[in-house]
Amino acid sequence: MTRPTRTKSSLINTNKKLSFVFNGKKYEGCQGDTLASALLANDVKLIARSFKYHRPRGIFTSGSHEPNALVEIIHDDYNEPNSKATTVELYEGLVAKSQNCWPSLKYDLMSINDKFSKFIGAGFYYKTFMWPSFFWEKVYEPVIRKAAGLGKLSKNRNNKNSEKGFLYCDLLIIGSGPSGLICAYIAGLSGIKVIIVEEDYVFGGSLNNEIFKISNMSPQAWVQSILKEIRKLSNVRCIENTSVIGMFDHGAFGAIQKLKESKIEQIFWKIVSKKALLCSGSLERLIPFQNNDLPGIMLSGSIRSYLNRWGVNNFDKVLLFTNNDDTYVTALDLISNGINLIGVVDTRDNPRIFDPKIKVFKSSQIVSAKGKLYLKGVDIVNKVGELTHLKCDYLGISGGWNPNIHLSCHTGVRPEWNEKIYAFVAGKKNVSTHLKAVGSANGKFSLNECILDAEKQVLEILSDLETKPKKYSLPKIKEQSFEIDPFWFVKIGSQRKWVDLQNDVTVKDIEMAYTENFRSVEHLKRYTTLGMGTDQGKTSNVTGLAILASLSNKSIPDVGTTLFRPPYVPLSIEALVGSSIGKNFKPTRLTPTHNWARDYGASFTETGLWLRAEWYSQKNENHWRMSVDREVNSVRNSVGFCDVSTLGKIDIQGKDALEFVNKVYCNGFAKLPVGKVRYGLMLREDGIVMDDGTTARMSENHFIMTTTTVNAESVYRHLEFCHQCLWPEMDVHLISTTDAWAQIAIAGPKSRKIISKIVDKQFDVSNKNFPFMACKEITICGGVLARLFRISFSGELAYELSIPTQYASSLVSYLMEIGKDEKIIPYGTEALGVMRIEKGHAAGAELNGTISAQNLNMGKMVSNKKDSIGMVLSKREGLNTLDGLRLVGLKPIKANHQLVSGSHLFNLSDKITPKNDLGYITSSCYSPTLKSYIALGFLKNGSNRHGDKIKISNPILGKEDFAEVCNPIFVDPNGEKLRA
Amino acid sequence: MIIDHPLLGPRDASEFIYLGDASLLNRPKWDEEKSENNFYKYLYLRENVAGMHKELWFHQQGDRSWLVISRNTVTHEIFKVELATEFKKNMGKSND
Repeated sequence: MTRPTRTKSSLINTNKKLSFVFNGKKYEGCQGDTLASALLANDVKLIARSFKYHRPRGIFTSGSHEPNALVEIIHDDYNEPNSKATTVELYEGLVAKSQNCWPSLKYDLMSINDKFSKFIGAGFYYKTFMWPSFFWEKVYEPVIRKAAGLGKLSKNRNNKNSEKGFLYCDLLIIGSGPSGLICAYIAGLSGIKVIIVEEDYVFGGSLNNEIFKISNMSPQAWVQSILKEIRKLSNVRCIENTSVIGMFDHGAFGAIQKLKESKIEQIFWKIVSKKALLCSGSLERLIPFQNNDLPGIMLSGSIRSYLNRWGVNNFDKVLLFTNNDDTYVTALDLISNGINLIGVVDTRDNPRIFDPKIKVFKSSQIVSAKGKLYLKGVDIVNKVGELTHLKCDYLGISGGWNPNIHLSCHTGVRPEWNEKIYAFVAGKKNVSTHLKAVGSANGKFSLNECILDAEKQVLEILSDLETKPKKYSLPKIKEQSFEIDPFWFVKIGSQRKWVDLQNDVTVKDIEMAYTENFRSVEHLKRYTTLGMGTDQGKTSNVTGLAILASLSNKSIPDVGTTLFRPPYVPLSIEALVGSSIGKNFKPTRLTPTHNWARDYGASFTETGLWLRAEWYSQKNENHWRMSVDREVNSVRNSVGFCDVSTLGKIDIQGKDALEFVNKVYCNGFAKLPVGKVRYGLMLREDGIVMDDGTTARMSENHFIMTTTTVNAESVYRHLEFCHQCLWPEMDVHLISTTDAWAQIAIAGPKSRKIISKIVDKQFDVSNKNFPFMACKEITICGGVLARLFRISFSGELAYELSIPTQYASSLVSYLMEIGKDEKIIPYGTEALGVMRIEKGHAAGAELNGTISAQNLNMGKMVSNKKDSIGMVLSKREGLNTLDGLRLVGLKPIKANHQLVSGSHLFNLSDKITPKNDLGYITSSCYSPTLKSYIALGFLKNGSNRHGDKIKISNPILGKEDFAEVCNPIFVDPNGEKLRA
Repeated sequence: MIIDHPLLGPRDASEFIYLGDASLLNRPKWDEEKSENNFYKYLYLRENVAGMHKELWFHQQGDRSWLVISRNTVTHEIFKVELATEFKKNMGKSND
């Protein structure tokens, strides 16, 4: 044979050779190749083994609908499984291997499955692996997973990044075939904002596969000329290598863009568009007959693509099998390339004659393909039942074309059956106005129809968007027509006929499902796995439905169809995650004194998004407890300070601010005087405690509320709800000032000394004039605006000083300087926690979403003389039983026994059973003040049990211990220190 | 989803936090005879609508306004977006 193996095509560069490795062997392809076209050009037919039966498989299609040719692409640092050889653009040094075969592609031991196929048909797993049930997890599943399945993950992280991006436009065009390009051209000229997205790495869609003439040009030249016009328009963005994976509500689309030669591997785009046109073309479907899965059997249109676009010219002894006219275009192109065309087997009685040179076997069907690893020949049968054997190396099948309407289903719109083309088209019922199918995707299968449809629909969109089109011209093409007869599958023969190549679903499986009464399409799909997998049955679904229809003597529209769901093509989880991984998973908030604390030896703990200093390790402290105990002792005996800026601060102002505060807290605020702070307990409407904090009345109509660190956002949202949704008539304004004001707690018996040194002279902070729970706007350090609150979380004489955030770092340095004589120290959240437990203050661990005011011994605080959120339901009987949980203190019988949070409480004589459970421990610590471990917890009827001994059980740790119940306020129960 | 904010125009749904049925605007009176029962109904008994639904959304990453959105829970179509304050005022009565 003198024919060259590669012919010329404008879409490949035969002068630029690329070497690649497949299954350990080196090959050469050229620039513009996909892995599939390069393999075909190298005569590599066997590419993969099938999912279930490990049957030999070859390349079947030329696009993202490929069911067979899944390979693993090997990168330096990771493997990319399930890559479709038909969409991977070849590059120099590409390494790929087959998956799902062992020990090699040619000698796959698991192909033994094929011999047992009688026993492992549809529903086999459901029927066989039923008992014993524990066998599923231990034996069956691991074995099945090993035998079946697609590629394997390398479990190494890709060191390239994924990113996310947002795009907005007036019109999104999905697909850049003839319809897409014409729409983009006309819409672009009008000036609206257009995005045209192409899945392939070149624009042009189906035009890249053809050699007829458009406006006296080759289709590829026409694509380049119109693209040139489109690219001149700054309002049109053309994005290739990008698959739209889903359509979502209100015109939102997801698209995944693969990048070459970039540090970023892929971008997940969220595109919001006023209108969208689906110009995704159509996909050819197969015809099941015996052994129709052999390598060498492909879709007829795909043979044409490889021939015309990629110049793969080593096809030989080609036979075609069809029920429609399109296949004759393939036949003519094969002949014009000098390829030995055996003929066309046409199921129709009177197909149109395209060229007398083409040998047509009319009214015939292929009943069986012959060959072991590759196709060697077929048996065909004619109308009168005569059997003929034909030798062939390649077989191109066409069972007709399905408009590619995957995306049109994503918002729940069912496709509709079109009797003219024997295929489903995008549904018109309840269609969202955001997406319309155009051209071939709209069932217009000839090029002239496509162009007219594109023009009509894009003009409609321009008119919807109230835009006038500019002058444009359309290409001239020869009239074409498309005719098809319905022919779905070959009935003759009892061997397996493949419907879904990827999932190894055969006609027999569909028959079995039908026999076993899985007759609805949804049941059929799940029982047989028809249409699942990475190709989502793009070549097989409608054929499967037709078989079901024929079994049940129904029409295809009566059988119905399943809905396609996103994603249109598989995408990695990483693509959806983007750069939100590791440290970037969530933002980190730093306190205003963070850098100072870091330099002073602090280690940090996460509190919500915040990083807070947990303790400050000093010289000779080799265990965190040494630091924490020292910090507690210093505060209790002298003075320390702590950055408490993370607590939520909400500024509340307005004529009705007092009334508002009084309504959102369950305790009384109506009589809070100006210059005073009060503890506030906030309930949810169901009567459970939501949060607590202090609120200061700075002036008549100005309040400052504090919240716990973690609830800062949710409390603010709740207050806005109360204001906007419940009491909009109130004159009150809310703003979160958490980030604007730094807050430093200064605590310890010597704290007043420190405060006196920084407060400007005109302000009197004596105990008499600035008593416990006082607040005032002041200036410090010679004029810096500040707010001083005499409140205490530690139980000591203490102040909290609020200053604009930018001064916080200087303030703490200054405190260290002026506090030298008092041996002032900074303390972290751990010491803060120890002191609040010693003082019996409830915090996050106690306010766990199940606790009422009663449980906290604060039942009497809930005023029933006023309306407040949660008041009414807090009075429910079930929340107010006398023997309910009460906050108690716990001291271990042996002081050095640590009590563990989460442990449960039992009477000494009771067995450890859920029925005898009396409560649980919420917080525990070592108290350096009491020189003992201590804990807080909730105990049934706890207030009446102070002094009782109790059993503590932690079955998870296997620990049991004993403790004495006591007042939760371990230190200074009468509050004398606070008021000193 | 895109929410057409009455002040800010179309915004992505990811900027919002969903709360639920807008019947939460009808908070019962606290000092009536059956107030406990009324609050119980207010808080726990909801219609589970397949179709048109009025619901509350908060523009957390925006202007912090609460919105009442009329949405079809089957098709996700949004028909109306109102500021909760306006909606509440138009209800013609305060519930206090």
